[in-house]
Amino acid sequence: MSTTAAIKAKQRPGDRVFSGSAVFAGSMILVTLAAVAIFLIVQSIPAFFADSEDASILPANFWAYVGPLVFGTVWAATLALIMAIPVSIGIALFISHYAPRRLASVLGYIVDLLAAVPSVVFGLWGIGVLAPAVQPLYSWLVDNLGWFPLFGGPVSGTGRTILTAGIVLAVMVLPIMTAICREVFLQTPVLHEEAALALGATRWEMIRTAVLPFGRSGIISASVLGLGRALGETMAVAMVLSASGAVTFQLLTSVNPSTIAANIALSFPEAYGMNVNVLIATGLILFVVTFAVNAFARWIVSRRKEFSGAN
Amino acid sequence: MSKRIEVKDLNVYYSKFLAVEGVSLEIEPRSVTAFIGPSGCGKSTFLRTLNRMHEVIPGARVEGEVLIDGNNLYDADVDPVLVRRQVGMVFQRPNPFPTMSIKENVLAGVKLNNSRISKSDADELLEKSLRGANLWNEVKDRLDRPGSGLSGGQQQRLCIARAIAVSPEVILMDEPCSALDPISTLAIEDLIEEMKQQYTIVIVTHNMQQASRVSDKTAFFNIAGTGKPGNLIEYDDTTTIFSNPSVQATEDYVSGRFG
Repeated sequence: MSTTAAIKAKQRPGDRVFSGSAVFAGSMILVTLAAVAIFLIVQSIPAFFADSEDASILPANFWAYVGPLVFGTVWAATLALIMAIPVSIGIALFISHYAPRRLASVLGYIVDLLAAVPSVVFGLWGIGVLAPAVQPLYSWLVDNLGWFPLFGGPVSGTGRTILTAGIVLAVMVLPIMTAICREVFLQTPVLHEEAALALGATRWEMIRTAVLPFGRSGIISASVLGLGRALGETMAVAMVLSASGAVTFQLLTSVNPSTIAANIALSFPEAYGMNVNVLIATGLILFVVTFAVNAFARWIVSRRKEFSGAN
Repeated sequence: MSKRIEVKDLNVYYSKFLAVEGVSLEIEPRSVTAFIGPSGCGKSTFLRTLNRMHEVIPGARVEGEVLIDGNNLYDADVDPVLVRRQVGMVFQRPNPFPTMSIKENVLAGVKLNNSRISKSDADELLEKSLRGANLWNEVKDRLDRPGSGLSGGQQQRLCIARAIAVSPEVILMDEPCSALDPISTLAIEDLIEEMKQQYTIVIVTHNMQQASRVSDKTAFFNIAGTGKPGNLIEYDDTTTIFSNPSVQATEDYVSGRFG
């Protein structure tokens, strides 16, 4: 090759413009993420070493303050997902494999419409409709199933408990999870569905042997996206939840943990000095928690890559 | 194990479109019957009516009767799920379940039909089915590896093992070798020859040498033109179809003059 000149590919302007803009768009993701991370870290550092003398909202030190908030955030999001995952898989399967075509498209459109409702509206609905509606049920649960640790009393008089917040969050994450599950289920290769049917599978058995295993990684992605939204959701939780900052698994009492995002929204207007840094530091913790959840989900998906159907 | 199939005046429709018209034929137990004909002549569609797999396509329906040992598959109280347990199917492209291991693939149908099976029975059935599909020696050391990691021909034999594991009466094969190389094709053809001892086999093929090699009887389907229904033109012993057919169109097709 040393004797002949290397052949140079002809540079076409269209290629250059397109590759340049694609590289620019791709790097903007990293720049934005880095900018947010740097802001959070720089502003947070003083808060990590503050105590109640430096910042009036701290009970003792920063970790004692953020601990219950992290617990509340993860607990509310977990409750939301426990309710949302089966429902969204059910809706998605109904749309993709059970409903007549016309009904399926209408239903898909309605679910998408749910995603367009602003979160403050969900908050209003949670306070105005859901909480009063579920309060009698909560009383009944405490009276009759109070021996079950999660349902311990005394019951909240307003119904604005962590479980209500979880229900509102579940409704909010439902559209995105349903949309992803539906798309993945629709992509199940016809070959695999027919393979199951030809073995004498009923419709449900076909779904169990062909559709659900194929859609497994999609279901996990959908859950992670839903979890991300539930972890970060601010307005609806701030409005619905009557929080007291306790760490408790009880679902139905008026003693409820708050969430990081809702706490920032509620405390920020009156914050000053070091308190602002403390709140930003809780934001950094939320960032880390969300990041960890995403990484965990990716690890789950990659664990059985050979069996994923991608090969 | 194997059963006679009788088809009487069968019409197949996709919604309003008549895809296959007026097919009547009888298939003997323990024989191999090949369906040949140009693309789009309805032979795959007709094959699928033999285990009601055409019903997977919305709007597909049939008129007429398909009798397996005298029982009409299309009686109102017949469950298509039970039909498919008796009449197994192997598809054009190998389709092992990608999320399952080789072992799980073979046992998939049994797990559906009879979810409780003891481990020793399962292992015995696994070996028997894989031996029946001439695959045991190649995969016995990697039964827990994914089925999608095998070669195309091995995957197709895995699909055959999966089909025979539920002990069907009849096995339908829809161009089972069209995605395979000649060596793998030969392996499948040898297998068909052996399976004939136990099963009634119906195979759709575009490869006329294959039809003449493996089948006892051959049915030639043709289509008058685009948009017209497919018809059964001639059905006879394979040697007759390939040496001395009674219809000119059959002779033209098998001698390669058209199609």
